[in-house]
Amino acid sequence: MSFKHPLDECFVRLKDVHFAYGERSILQGIDLSVRRGQVVAIMGGSGSGKTTLLRLIGGQLRASQGEVRVAGSELSRLGRNDMYALRRRMGMLFQFGALFTDMSVFDNVAFPLREHTDLPPEVIRDLVLMKLDAVGLRGAGKLMPSELSGGMARRVALARAVALDPMLIMYDEPFAGLDPISLGVVGQLIRRLNDALGASSILVTHDVHESLAIVDYVYFVSDGRIAAEGTPDEIRASRDPFVHQFVHAEIDGPVPFHYPAEPIGQALLGSSG
Amino acid sequence: MSRTTLDLWVGLFVLIGAAALLFLSLRVGNLSSANFAETYSIRVQFDNIGGLKVRAPVKSAGVVVGRVSDIRLNTESYRAEVIMNLDTRFEFPRDTVASILTSGLLGEQYIGLDAGADEEMLKGGDGLQIGQSAVVLEKLIGQFMFNKAAE
Amino acid sequence: MEHAISFVRRLGASLVDSVWRLGFAARFMMLLLIYSGQSFRRVHLTIREIYFSGVLSLLIIVVSGLFVGMVLGLQGYETLQRFGSGDALGVLVALSLTRELGPVVAGLLFASRAGSAVTAEIGLMKVTEQLKAMDMMAVSPIARVVAPRFWGGVISMPFLAAIFSTMGVLGGWLIGVVFIGVDAGAFWSQMQAAVDFRYDILNGVIKSVVFGIAVSLIAVFEGYDCTPTAEGVSRAITRTVVSSALAILALDFVLTSFMFRG
Repeated sequence: MSFKHPLDECFVRLKDVHFAYGERSILQGIDLSVRRGQVVAIMGGSGSGKTTLLRLIGGQLRASQGEVRVAGSELSRLGRNDMYALRRRMGMLFQFGALFTDMSVFDNVAFPLREHTDLPPEVIRDLVLMKLDAVGLRGAGKLMPSELSGGMARRVALARAVALDPMLIMYDEPFAGLDPISLGVVGQLIRRLNDALGASSILVTHDVHESLAIVDYVYFVSDGRIAAEGTPDEIRASRDPFVHQFVHAEIDGPVPFHYPAEPIGQALLGSSG
Repeated sequence: MSRTTLDLWVGLFVLIGAAALLFLSLRVGNLSSANFAETYSIRVQFDNIGGLKVRAPVKSAGVVVGRVSDIRLNTESYRAEVIMNLDTRFEFPRDTVASILTSGLLGEQYIGLDAGADEEMLKGGDGLQIGQSAVVLEKLIGQFMFNKAAE
Repeated sequence: MEHAISFVRRLGASLVDSVWRLGFAARFMMLLLIYSGQSFRRVHLTIREIYFSGVLSLLIIVVSGLFVGMVLGLQGYETLQRFGSGDALGVLVALSLTRELGPVVAGLLFASRAGSAVTAEIGLMKVTEQLKAMDMMAVSPIARVVAPRFWGGVISMPFLAAIFSTMGVLGGWLIGVVFIGVDAGAFWSQMQAAVDFRYDILNGVIKSVVFGIAVSLIAVFEGYDCTPTAEGVSRAITRTVVSSALAILALDFVLTSFMFRG
């Protein structure tokens, strides 16, 4: 009855989220939202806290401050069972696929179906073949994960992530370590699956060009804060020095090449004297 | 699917394990003989039990008919009270005599039962009248020396 | 002075760290027990683990049991012969196997064969984010991965110990009766007279159950708790074998002092 409310449009909403590992602060005041049907990219350099952000949305980590809402529920208030109920509506693609190495491709994709439904084996078989077909690997059902190339493993993991037709799909570095052809294939799959399922997707990546081609909105994270945001066109046209450096892959800029240190002359003289 | 062969192996494993347990209890252990048979308990008092231990065998004419189940000191008579469990297959007359014997010169000690001639048989919880104490080697030697000296 | 302070500080840190680990282990054990019900409902998972920890350990258990029994036969006969009681060889072999060597040596072999494999498997699943992926699919890794491996080990261990003891007795028989020529009747009848079912064999089985619980718990915990790197997994495997061995020997002392007094 209240789905016209603007907040409800957002499937995922983070408000002033802070997070720290012990004393090491990772995120400091993140505001972010993902609407239904949107594909959103979270970009930033290595170690900027992108993956942590994904873990917070998946409920594997808890924010030390601020609120994380997914499908209208505030995650910090959910108990273990409610969290698991919510996760059945989420799919997550891990960086290297995280396929179960002791099961065949078919059993990997069937795993969430067998765990969470009482469907008869024939129905599960049909569903798995459909999911595998969607990623173009229907013929690979009998292979073991160790026999797959990196790109194929990623696609099988994608089929497994969408096995239960999730409302939210999360991708942790989906493009890392792929050749240009696989890169394009995975990129297209992310967009197509999102539109076919009517789901929302969040990509954590540092691959600018591939993701700008498929996403609806981009957040740049740097030093635990949102440094810039906008649609792909806005990002390409942006004059923001950080975004400019990132998009055009410049070596030095707001993100310095050097790790903070004393000037080199001083360091060299200091060590000899 | 390889599940059926796997199940077969596990079934075989459990079977071999159970067979091993059976072997241990029947062939190695004494489960097949006296242990699970029904028993009745008899009390008997001794002046000195020597080195008799709980679980020592009770024999009659050399045949094992039961085991010692408990040994305690009776604080009224200051004698050792021994409880033994006898197999119900073997009944003994009321005037049976129990004595503590040693198998071989240095072997383990056991209780020997010498059946009497009474018409009535012992029932569970009864006590024997006569318990002949263990032969304590030190006392024996001491007595021998004393007698020699007296001569 | 500075050295002393940093030493004290490191000592304190490692103390706090181990208390932390202990607390985590207790919580882990609770979760394991809570989720065991779920994994019992799907028996084939546990059966699979009985295959991996039990059936695959069978060969090493059978061969080692045979050799231990043969050594007992040789050494025991040599010693007993001096006192002219070579006939008691069966008693010596059977008692030392059912009471001590069966559960303890089988437990040590089990820890290094099956326990280390379980730690490696769970550790590797952690390194490759399979456990996290399972958790994200709303399937508890403790129910799906840890509990079946724990119960598989607990069920396998008593069978392995019994097989070990049996093979040992047969090995002792082989050396004593077949090769040395101890009288077969005396060998078996003296053994049967001296070995009590409840006192010796049942206590041995209880020991093997306790060792099975201890080793399986250590193995799954070390795997689950390992640092998710290749080095972390290899260190966790080493810790599994070392702590299992210590746990078995210490528990053996405690159990023996309770069981075989007087």
